[in-house]
Amino acid sequence: MLGFLIQRLMQAVVVMIAIAALVFVGVFAVGNPIDVLISPDVTQQIRLDTIARYGLDKPLWEQFVGFLSRLVHGDFGRSFVFNMPVLELILSRLPATLELTLAAVLGATLLGVPLGMYAGYRPDSPVSRLLMGLSVLGFSVPTFWIGLVLILTFAVWLGVLPAGGRGDTVTVFGVEWSFLTLNGLQHLLLPAVNLSLFKLAMMMRLARAGTREIIMTDTVKFARASGQSEWTILRRHVLRLISIPIVTVFGLEFGSTLAFAVVTETIFSWPGVGKLIIESIQSLDRPVMVAYLMLVAFLFIIINFLIDIAYAALDPRLRARQ
Amino acid sequence: MSAPILSVRDLVTHFFTRAGVLKAVDGVSFDLQTGEILGVVGESGSGKSVTGYSLLGLVDPPGRIVSGSIKLAGQELVGLPQSELRELRGRRLAMVFQDPMTTLNPVLSIGTQIKLAIDAHERVSGKAARARAMDVLTRVGIPDAGSRLDAYPHQFSGGMRQRVAIAVALLNRPDVIVADEPTTALDVSIQAQILAEVKMIVRDLGTALIWISHDLAVVSAIASRVLVMYAGRVVEHGPTAAVLRAPRHPYTQGLLNSLPARAAPGEELAQIPGQPPSLAALPVGCAFSPRCPRADAVCKEAPSMTAVGLRGWRCHHPLEGHA
Amino acid sequence: MMSRDSPAARFWAEFQDNRIAVAALAVIIAVAVMAIFAPLITPQDPYDIGRLVLGDARRPPGHLGSGGYVHWLGTDAQGRDLLSAILYGLRISVMVGVAAGAIAFVVGAVMGATAAFVGGRVEALIMRFVDLQLSFPPILLALVLSAILGQGRIQLIIALVTAQYAYFARTAHGAAATERAKDYVEAALSTPLPTRTVLFRHILPNCLPPLIVVATVQVANSIALEATLSFLGLGLPVTEPSLGMLIANGFQYMFSGRYWISIYPGVALIILIVAINLVGDQIRDQLNPRLKR
Repeated sequence: MLGFLIQRLMQAVVVMIAIAALVFVGVFAVGNPIDVLISPDVTQQIRLDTIARYGLDKPLWEQFVGFLSRLVHGDFGRSFVFNMPVLELILSRLPATLELTLAAVLGATLLGVPLGMYAGYRPDSPVSRLLMGLSVLGFSVPTFWIGLVLILTFAVWLGVLPAGGRGDTVTVFGVEWSFLTLNGLQHLLLPAVNLSLFKLAMMMRLARAGTREIIMTDTVKFARASGQSEWTILRRHVLRLISIPIVTVFGLEFGSTLAFAVVTETIFSWPGVGKLIIESIQSLDRPVMVAYLMLVAFLFIIINFLIDIAYAALDPRLRARQ
Repeated sequence: MSAPILSVRDLVTHFFTRAGVLKAVDGVSFDLQTGEILGVVGESGSGKSVTGYSLLGLVDPPGRIVSGSIKLAGQELVGLPQSELRELRGRRLAMVFQDPMTTLNPVLSIGTQIKLAIDAHERVSGKAARARAMDVLTRVGIPDAGSRLDAYPHQFSGGMRQRVAIAVALLNRPDVIVADEPTTALDVSIQAQILAEVKMIVRDLGTALIWISHDLAVVSAIASRVLVMYAGRVVEHGPTAAVLRAPRHPYTQGLLNSLPARAAPGEELAQIPGQPPSLAALPVGCAFSPRCPRADAVCKEAPSMTAVGLRGWRCHHPLEGHA
Repeated sequence: MMSRDSPAARFWAEFQDNRIAVAALAVIIAVAVMAIFAPLITPQDPYDIGRLVLGDARRPPGHLGSGGYVHWLGTDAQGRDLLSAILYGLRISVMVGVAAGAIAFVVGAVMGATAAFVGGRVEALIMRFVDLQLSFPPILLALVLSAILGQGRIQLIIALVTAQYAYFARTAHGAAATERAKDYVEAALSTPLPTRTVLFRHILPNCLPPLIVVATVQVANSIALEATLSFLGLGLPVTEPSLGMLIANGFQYMFSGRYWISIYPGVALIILIVAINLVGDQIRDQLNPRLKR
C-alpha cells in the first residue's frame, strides 16, 4: 500500500513539473514573456529592470530553472491590476471559493446519493420518475440561468435572501469563513444551491444507475437468500458497491465544481477566485491568468492523487494488483 | 413414509415482458423428503432455475408466481408477505448460486459477509459471530479458517469461494437448500470434490438438497431422485438410477444419448434435433413434440403425468422401459 | 410482436415506447428546422445593426413595433425583436454545438481507437495525455482558450473541441481496446485483410454505441458551454448575439421588471438542451447491455 502511495505521489510531482514546463513554453518561449510580467504602460527603466531580474535575455533552459525555482518559492509574479504578488492575491480569495464549493459539493452528495438510491431501488414509483425528470433539468439547464432564476425568485420577488456578496465572516486559524455566522449563511445559501444543482443531478443519476444495476446482481440475490433485510442490503451492499464510482466522480467533479464556481461567483458577486479570473481576463491581468492556470492544475493533480488513495481504500481488489 | 419437508403443487411462474408472457414454469409438482437429495435436470430455458428462485420467493420482476402451492413442512409459502419470507430465508430455506465470484460481494471481507448473514436472523456479538463463522468454514473444508475471515473473495480460488457460499447456506442448518448449478463454473476435479463433500455434509445435518444442473453426470453422482424438466414442465421423474438406466421420456433418452461418454471414440456426438421452444410461444400440446422422433397427431394434446410406483412420465408414447 | 428484425428497426421500436423521448426528438427536429430557416421566417435580421431602431428598445411582449409587426416576445436593449434574436441565437447554438461535437467526435474517436490499436508506448503516451486533459474541467479549458484565442466562431469551436475531444478519446479507447482483445479481431487479423480494413469495418462499428451516447451528451454540453462563455463575455462578438449573450445583456433589466429580455432566451436554451439530453438518455438506456433483462 505504501509503495502504491509513493508511486502515485511521484507521478503527481512529475505531472506538475510537466505542466509547469508547458506553461513555461507557452509563456516564455512562444509568447512574449514581457507581456506576462509587466503591464504595457510602464517606463523603460522598469522594463529593463524586469528583463534583468527575470533573466529574459538568458538562454531558455536557464530561464526555466529560474522559473521553477520561483514557483517553488511561491513567486508567481505581480498582478497588474492589484499591484500585489499574485500568490497572495489568489490565496486571499481562495477561502471564499473553497467555502462555496465545499458547501455545494457536500450538499449535492448528502442529498443526491440517498435520493438516487431510492430512485434506483423503486424505479417505477412516481416519486422516482419525478426525481429523474427534475434531474434532467438540473443537468441540462446552464448554471448561470438557474442563478438568474434564483435571484429573481428569492431576492427580487420574494425578497428573503440577498442577491449577492458574501456575508459576515469569522476568522478561524487566520482564515475568514462566513458559514459560521447567520448573515454569512444567508449569503451562502443561494450561490451554494446554484452551484450544487448540477452536481446533485449527476449524483442522483449515478446513484440511481448504480443501484439499478446492482439490485439485479447475484450478490443481492444471495444476500436476500440468506434472509438479509432490504435495508441491510441497501446500506451494506449497494451503498458500498456504488461508493466506488461515486467517489471517483465526486473527486473529479469537485474540481469541475471549483471551476464552475466561476459562473456562480460572477452572478452572485461572490469574492472568490472565480470572480478574480473573470475580471483578470477582462482586464488582461496576465500574471493572474497564468498563475491561476497553474495553481488550478496543481490543485487538480492533488485531487486526483487523493481520489487514487480513496479508490484503493474502497476497492480491495485494487490493493492486490499493486 | 413421513410427510415431505417440501411439497410443491402446480407451480406456475410467468414473466410478463414487453415481448409477451414467458411461461418459465408451467405447472411443476414434486415432493422432497427430509434429508433427500433431489436432482433437477434440464437445458437452459427449461425453467429449472426459475423453479429454484420461486421456492425462495426470489423471482425478480417482471416475473412472479402466478399460481400453485409451495408448502414447507406444511406452511404455505406462496402469497406469504415478504417480511415473513425473509424470516424463513437463510434459516429454513437457503440457496447457493452458480458463479461464486458474482455471488459474494467483492468489496466486503468473507467474515463481514458471514456476519451479515448471521445478523439477519439473530443478534450475536462480534466474537460469537467469528466463532460461528470459523466453525462453518471449517465444516466445508476451508483450512485455517480464522485467518481467512479477513480475506476478500478475490483472494480465494473458485472452488473455495463456492465453499464459502455453501457455508453461508449452512449457517442456520436450514431444512432445504436449493443449489443452482453450483459446480458448473468450477474445474472438473474441484467439482468432484465438492460433490462428495456436500453429499456428506447434508447427510450429517439431515438437510434436504435440491441440486439443479444441466449436467446429467453430476446429477447422477449426487441425487437419489431426479426431475427432468423441459419448457417449464416436469417430463419425467423417479429414482436416479432407474431413470437413467431406462428412461421413459424421449427427451430424457435424448439427453442421455448426447452425453460424450455415450459416444464411441470417433463417432459423432448424438444431438437432439431442433431447438428448445421460445417460452413466449410454446407449441400446442406436448412441448417436446416438434423435436420428438416418436411424435404424432396425438401429441397435439398435452400429455398428463403418468405415475407408476416411484416413477412418472409425461408422454403419450413413452419408451419401453426395460431394465 | 415480431417486426422486421433489423437492429435499427428494433431500436426505433423500443425508442418509441418512451413517449417523452419521442416528444423530445420532435422538439429537436422542430428547433433544427426553425434554426435553419431562421432568415426566412423571422421578421427581422437581428444582426443588421443599421436596421435596429432604438425607440423600440425594451418593449414588452406583444408590442407593435416601428417596423409594422408585432414583437411577440418583446424587444431587447438594442431594439432587437426578441423572437428573431432567439431564433438566430438557436441557429448559432445548434450550429456551434453540432460542429464542435462532430469535430470532437472525429478527433477523439480516431485518437482513442488508434491508440488502442497501436498499443505500446504510443498508446500509453496518448492516453496519459488524454487522462491529464480529462482531469481539467471543460469550462476552465474553454474559458482560458477563449481568452487566449479571442472572439469569433472558429475560435469558439476550437475552444469547445479542445475541451471535449478527450471524452470521445477515452470512450473510443476503452471500446476499441475491448474489441481488440476479442477473438474475432485476432481471427480477422490473421487473414490477408489489411489492418486498415479490420479497423474500419470491424472494430469501429462496434465502438459506435458508446460513442453515440457520449456524442449526444457532448452536443448538449457544447451548447451549454457556448452559452456560458457568451454569458461571461467571451466566445462570440457582440454583433452576433447568441442566446448566452442575450441573457447576459438582459440580466440588469431583471431587477426593473423587464424580465423577458433574459427569461425568454433562457427558456429557449433550456428547451433545446433538455430535449437533447432526454433523447440522449433514452439512447443510452437502450444501448446499455447491463440493463437488459
